[in-house]
Amino acid sequence: MALQLKRRKRRELFALGNEAVAEGALLAGCTFYAGYPITPSTEIMEVMAARLPRMEDGVFIQMEDEIASMGAAIGASLAGRKAMTATSGPGFSLMQEHIGYACMVEAPLVIVNVMRGGPSTGLPTCPAQGDVQMARWGTHGDHPIIVLSASNVQECLEMTVTAFNYAEKYRTPVILLIDEVTAHTREKIIVPHAEELEIISRVEPTVPPEWFKPYADTVRGVPAMPAIGSGYRMHVTGLTHDVMGYPTQRPDEVKDMMLRLFRKIDQFYGDIQLTDSFALEDAEVAVIAYGSVARSAHLAVEQARERGAKAGLLTLKTLFPFPRPAVETLARRCSILVVPEMNMGQMSREVKRVNNGHARVRTINRVDGQIITPSEILKMLL
Amino acid sequence: MSDVTQLIHEYLRHNKKFPHVFCAGCGHGIVLGSLIRSVHALGLPKDDVVVVAGIGCSGRLAVYVDFNTVHTTHGRALTFATGIKMANPRLKVICVMGDGDAMSIGGNHLIHAARRNIGVTALVLNNHIYGMTGGQCSSATPQGDISMTTPYGALEDSFDFVEMAKAAGANYVARGTSFHALMLDKLITSAIMHPGFSMVEVFSPCPTQYGRKNKFRSAVDMYKWLKKNTVKIETLKEGEKPEDGRIPIGVFRDRQTPGLEERYADMQRKLMGTAR
Repeated sequence: MALQLKRRKRRELFALGNEAVAEGALLAGCTFYAGYPITPSTEIMEVMAARLPRMEDGVFIQMEDEIASMGAAIGASLAGRKAMTATSGPGFSLMQEHIGYACMVEAPLVIVNVMRGGPSTGLPTCPAQGDVQMARWGTHGDHPIIVLSASNVQECLEMTVTAFNYAEKYRTPVILLIDEVTAHTREKIIVPHAEELEIISRVEPTVPPEWFKPYADTVRGVPAMPAIGSGYRMHVTGLTHDVMGYPTQRPDEVKDMMLRLFRKIDQFYGDIQLTDSFALEDAEVAVIAYGSVARSAHLAVEQARERGAKAGLLTLKTLFPFPRPAVETLARRCSILVVPEMNMGQMSREVKRVNNGHARVRTINRVDGQIITPSEILKMLL
Repeated sequence: MSDVTQLIHEYLRHNKKFPHVFCAGCGHGIVLGSLIRSVHALGLPKDDVVVVAGIGCSGRLAVYVDFNTVHTTHGRALTFATGIKMANPRLKVICVMGDGDAMSIGGNHLIHAARRNIGVTALVLNNHIYGMTGGQCSSATPQGDISMTTPYGALEDSFDFVEMAKAAGANYVARGTSFHALMLDKLITSAIMHPGFSMVEVFSPCPTQYGRKNKFRSAVDMYKWLKKNTVKIETLKEGEKPEDGRIPIGVFRDRQTPGLEERYADMQRKLMGTAR
């Protein structure tokens, strides 16, 4: 979903990545924010605290912890709002149970996790990418989820809009993972007009309430979602439920519900799996990166090209569902795949799985709270 | 059709949800009846009522009633209720929790809901035990009592929910029992109509998991105990605690401070005014 940015009379901002996330959320129609302060994500909350009360429908509430923040955001989502919360590592750990609840009741919701060094309190002011697999698998039980990332400030804005669109379109929580460097880099961005953007909102039921089946299957697998108080009195539960929303243990009903949860995401992989390509047409060595590391990789690829190496870059904007087709194509074409990341190899696992022995996969891993520099990547490309 | 039958037809869900999960002698059905009578007496449209429940026996209450119902996670019902109320202040949000829900795993949320005075009514069904999981000790199990996880008697003191809610700043705090059903109607009715945060604690016997282990020979014994061991607060002097250990019931706090959602709307009106 490339945002078509026209240059004319748009607002220009010199903004932090975090501020751009808040701008993106407001553009996407977010009217509810619940959160708890935590470094390095707090600026998102601060912008929302200043802006939402000035909007007619805007609600901002500071909750007592991240568990409560997620609870309030889900409640608001059920009541018809586009809701968001933002946090960082430790807070993201606390949110996991409710992320599963949101998956189960199919509540559209955006969760921003600004990754800092971990485990535990770790390095609160340093960048890391250690929460990648946690974003995918953090909550218990088998579940599909959408995880996005952004590598610069403009992308922070755009990917937040995309996150809301996916959340509403597929009735699912969407996690936006950015790292501390992206969140705290200040650079010029252009804020598009709301009319220029494709803004998607959930489909609401149109049938009379007495005909309404809250979780009935559809072609897309995404049931219509009424707001609490709109006349469709339904039951919402984290228990496995039937099409009416009532708890069930009948294997046929359980299977139908579970398979639909997966199907509604996996039949739209083509729409969801976003990547950016740079100099990949004739590349023999490809870097696969995401987040701030992709920026270092971009420079490294440019420098490698200057020196005659046929290098290219695939930036993953969607982390999960893992963009298999894009990586698979590269694996068949290139002799070497380089995966730099600020963890001990969470995404390179996925790359190796998809690579299936075709290319050599080399990893660059840093867990010392420092960014991966272009020269570190360049060494692997020459 | 008798009044009761009429209420059943009007407020209970007809499709698929019965028989219910409650044991014989359980007090929760009485509380549900009381809740339905209160909503009916107030003439609230069913579309405007939201019942948010936690996990446990009390959590199952929500599924039977024909309101907007949300069965949430263990201990966190109040956080969902807060989100719903802030998102749509027009709704009457009633939060049904058990003692484990409200003051063990979810104690933090109860304290903060009371402090921020959010316009939600919390119904705490206190059966002094974790019933759904098979009778383990909760933060409300009286000291010395037997449960599956305190086979030699509970060592820890139990929480007084009423004192806790009062201290945390709730607008309306009351305690009733499943025995005093008519009084419970009145308590729940005024709790729902109160601005800000209101809490009604209800002593609701659990003969299966609590009574059997603690020398109550039958469910009836437990209701008799409630009758004998409670005292209406009106009959006590200010601050007086009954010497015979009887438990005071009635209204403990009644004030009309505006709820958080009202304060928020006020702030918003001011901000929008200055913006123009």
